[in-house]
Amino acid sequence: MIINDGFIPKRQVNPKVPPGQYVVNDFPVLSLGPTPDISINDWKLEIAGLVEAPQVFTWTEFERLPRVEMKTDIHCVTKWSKLDTLWGGVSMDFLIEQVIVSESATHLIAHSYDGYSTNLPIEDVRGGKAMIATSFEKEPISTPHGGPARLFVPHLYFWKSAKWLSKLEFVNGDIPGFWEVRGYHNYGDPWKEQRYLDD
Amino acid sequence: MKNKWNLVTLLESKMIGTNVMALVFDAPWWPGHTPGQYIDIRLTAANGYQAERSYSVASTIEEEGRIELGIELLEEGEVSPYLFALEPGAQIEVRGPLGGHFLWDIATPGPLVLIGGGSGVVPLMSMVRHHKLHLSDDSEREVFFLISAKTIGHVLYKDELEKFSRDDVNFHLALTLTEEAPIGWTGYARRADEVMINELFGELHDKRPLFYVCGSNSFVETLSGILVAAGFNPKSIKTERFG
Repeated sequence: MIINDGFIPKRQVNPKVPPGQYVVNDFPVLSLGPTPDISINDWKLEIAGLVEAPQVFTWTEFERLPRVEMKTDIHCVTKWSKLDTLWGGVSMDFLIEQVIVSESATHLIAHSYDGYSTNLPIEDVRGGKAMIATSFEKEPISTPHGGPARLFVPHLYFWKSAKWLSKLEFVNGDIPGFWEVRGYHNYGDPWKEQRYLDD
Repeated sequence: MKNKWNLVTLLESKMIGTNVMALVFDAPWWPGHTPGQYIDIRLTAANGYQAERSYSVASTIEEEGRIELGIELLEEGEVSPYLFALEPGAQIEVRGPLGGHFLWDIATPGPLVLIGGGSGVVPLMSMVRHHKLHLSDDSEREVFFLISAKTIGHVLYKDELEKFSRDDVNFHLALTLTEEAPIGWTGYARRADEVMINELFGELHDKRPLFYVCGSNSFVETLSGILVAAGFNPKSIKTERFG
């Protein structure tokens, strides 16, 4: 490490902000291609893989499920963090119980309408740590930010919170997703600054 | 190891457009990159405080041991004003190359369409320069470059791109100025729209073009949406959004 002479910080060190991150007030977007156009009328969420009761929810059915809220910070691997954001949706704990996930399942693969996917250990979507979010700050999630529904796993870098969610697949063994095979870290803990492959 | 921080030394810096500076660094350890990739910069203050930012690489992979970044000055920013004031010989820590999706090299088939808004031109420049250096092998490829900028002064690398355009019949440069156009301006002078996209790229529908769209969030959202509306395959459109 070197000291950069004359570099004067303009920001305060904030214990809520992981290393290498800075706080933004706007809401930037990270995406790999065009924003898909998903009508709520056609929207379906499939939950499949190692589950006893696979399900396909329509939007109407999904909207009827019990809702939870999470107010927390989000951290994008591109270095912005946004503090105290309010998200609403359906708890992953509830969904895991509904479909009766097999004990042999070790990972969740989240699939998106644009062909994106990302992988998470099951323990990271249990215990109140994750939900399928359909609202941001009490409003429907805008399409660029992943609406109608996105995964929300705020303790990991935000690329793990797959936008435009189409399918949750429970599997035995890890299957690295879109960014995970393109040089990004397989797990993505912001507090350990696990941005890239060997971090 | 690409995740390790390495020192680079500033060789020269020059303005390449309003509020945008190209900084050329000596980086003997640089392993080479694929056009479109970026690096992370880390600055450390005397009290140990660190700031990290990502910047796109404008140089091409053939420039061994040397990287050029294009950096936009954000007046209230923490990192860019410091980088603008760096003197040749100054050292900073970087790591890279990084990024595994917004990539293009001459092994990729098909016409190349680059669409850059403002400083979004920077990573696209690496692609163009790479193509130019391989023109003897890559002379049949059609390259289209649409740049949207507020004024003519905001068009980055204008002279270099206009030279490419003069020298190569297969390189098609189009500029659109969204705030102010000089007297006698013959290019576009409006925000890019579907009419413009069809005029410029309409002939490409059967040729399996690849699109690279880079710029602000709203620019990329708009332009990628227009391309999809114009009938191009969403899978053929790669995006990179700045902020």
